Amino acid sequence: MKGVQFRNHRVMGDIISLASRYRDEGADELVFYDITASPHGRTVDRSWVNKVAGVLDIPFCVAGGIRSLADAETILNLGADKISINTPALERPGLIEDLAKRFGAQCVVIGIDSSSENGNYTVYQNTGDPERSRSSQRSTLEWINEVQLRGAGEIVLNCMNQDGVKNGYDVEQLSKAREICGVPLIASGGAGTMAHFKEVFTTSKVDGALAATVFHSAQIKIPDLKTYLIKANIAIRPPEIKD
Amino acid sequence: MSSCPVIIATGGANLASLIFALKRLGNEPVVSEDPKVIKMASHIILPGVGAARDAMSRLKATNLASLIPNLKQPVLGICLGLQLLYSGSEEDNATCLNIIPGYASRFPKKTGLPVPQMGWNSLTNVKRTPLMNGVRDGDYAYFIHSYALPINEHTYVTANYGESFSAVVQYNNFYATQFHPERSSSVGSLILSNFLNI
Repeated sequence: MKGVQFRNHRVMGDIISLASRYRDEGADELVFYDITASPHGRTVDRSWVNKVAGVLDIPFCVAGGIRSLADAETILNLGADKISINTPALERPGLIEDLAKRFGAQCVVIGIDSSSENGNYTVYQNTGDPERSRSSQRSTLEWINEVQLRGAGEIVLNCMNQDGVKNGYDVEQLSKAREICGVPLIASGGAGTMAHFKEVFTTSKVDGALAATVFHSAQIKIPDLKTYLIKANIAIRPPEIKD
Repeated sequence: MSSCPVIIATGGANLASLIFALKRLGNEPVVSEDPKVIKMASHIILPGVGAARDAMSRLKATNLASLIPNLKQPVLGICLGLQLLYSGSEEDNATCLNIIPGYASRFPKKTGLPVPQMGWNSLTNVKRTPLMNGVRDGDYAYFIHSYALPINEHTYVTANYGESFSAVVQYNNFYATQFHPERSSSVGSLILSNFLNI
């Protein structure tokens, strides 16, 4: 299982055509993420969610600026399957319980931006804006435990040191997270080659691997990646041949 | 041929993706909890996300709990909708519609797998039924659930998540999938199309 992450979506037509393209190529899930939504204390325009839901026949998740039950309800009613919360959960952890009770744990994804410093893993917040990005003073592994107790249904662990570097996922950190993570764990940050995907699935036993750049640039094509992973005996939905 | 599918409003369930999936197949589904509307439908879909007890309370409050077992049209339960067709669920000891004998139980912790199961899984032991025309062993579908039904004579497809469970069941005019066909790509679309052609 694998996801494609959208950042800083541009005009509507782009979103729909990209979403359709990834759907046809066999992506297993899409994540739409506005990294500028949280730091500026605003929410993104949500009308596109309904249009995306109309063309997708695979699950998708919306992340960015979801601060309340009302925000979440709007997005889910427009057709998203999941919502992903990052900074607002750090600011008010009780939001996780509220969301899980109201909508069910299965649609509550907690995004964690984690930085590795001197062998310690620390959670960062407001990472969408370089000027406001800062440490939350929380230990990543403790936060992973806490969000599960509060009702998180899935965790996306974005390893910041690897993000955008294309040197591979942080398998050491992800393996430590896996040991304590009883809900689906999705790796994020660092994908550069097909071997990186194989490594994170086999070494860190994650449930999914998320990537953006390598797919958007078509450096890695999803059907090729899937064929490669199936040959490596990783259980994954085969690429689909569509007319 | 067009059909008039009605989706039963079970409350809490996100119906947008299901409505879109039916529209892509050329249907105009109606969402209702009115017994008169449901009785007139050509096909009835019982979706469901959330807790069994909550969904049953809602079905009782709208008098649908007594109507549904007597429906003669094709009925399709999806996810929690499958579990509602059974006698009950271990989840809060909920009593369900009791159309099919059996109880849903939570995935055991001992398998070490994340619960809920949330993702794509392959379908196995696909038996012949109109609902599964053209679906083959090894096709993938998208699952989100923490509770599952054991395999019995009404099981038409199985899947495995640490243990084998019922992925598709059928009993007379009642059909159900534990996975979400509306989120299962072209395989799911085929299953919905098959259902509307029953």
